[in-house]
Amino acid sequence: MIRVQREDFDVGQEVRRLSAGGVGAVATFTGFVRDEGKTLSALTLEHYPGMTERQLEAIEAKAHRRWNLAEVVIIHRHGRLLAGEAIVLVAVAAAHRADAFAACEFLMDWLKTKAPFWKQEEGPDGTRWVEAKTEDDARAERWGDDC
Amino acid sequence: MRVLWFAWLRTKVGVGEETIDPPQGVATVADLVEWLKGRSPGHAAALGDMTMVRAAVNQDFAQADHPVRTGDEIAFFPPVTGG
Repeated sequence: MIRVQREDFDVGQEVRRLSAGGVGAVATFTGFVRDEGKTLSALTLEHYPGMTERQLEAIEAKAHRRWNLAEVVIIHRHGRLLAGEAIVLVAVAAAHRADAFAACEFLMDWLKTKAPFWKQEEGPDGTRWVEAKTEDDARAERWGDDC
Repeated sequence: MRVLWFAWLRTKVGVGEETIDPPQGVATVADLVEWLKGRSPGHAAALGDMTMVRAAVNQDFAQADHPVRTGDEIAFFPPVTGG
């Protein structure tokens, strides 16, 4: 299940929903806006409506093909977020922890290179666009060229 | 066809979206980039260094040799920074 939204989310609520069916394992990752040593006050996330959902659904489908999963939840916020706010949740429900852990990490590594969002940081010297990191491409590549 | 611009490309071009009617010879993303650069100094600045730019055709990532056709939605943006 993919949600692209402005509003904040509740990790506990999402985990309770995923585990309600009696699944054995739920692994989650939550990403927050870092304050970069108190120099960042806010982050604005722009996205490409339509392509965002399409790419996240594609990543979710890859994870289902590769591991034995009960359910995947990806929630990604957009808009202006303050330092400390949550940006993204990846939650994976599976019968066993190996599948849940691996799929959760895979989804985050892929999301970092494929999800069409762009971040703009606000700091003491003004606003600047964040640049993509080559280490994100390297992390995604280590999963191989998947299905 | 429609062209969408995101992030600093939109700032340089001055618009987020435009409808265009390129000539017959524009058959690929690479052809389109060359044609778009001639539209304005802002367009030329946005597409000046294609190592800093990524493209999508109909909401899928596309390489330079990807075909472009009437009715397509083409987007240009920086490498993504989500998550």
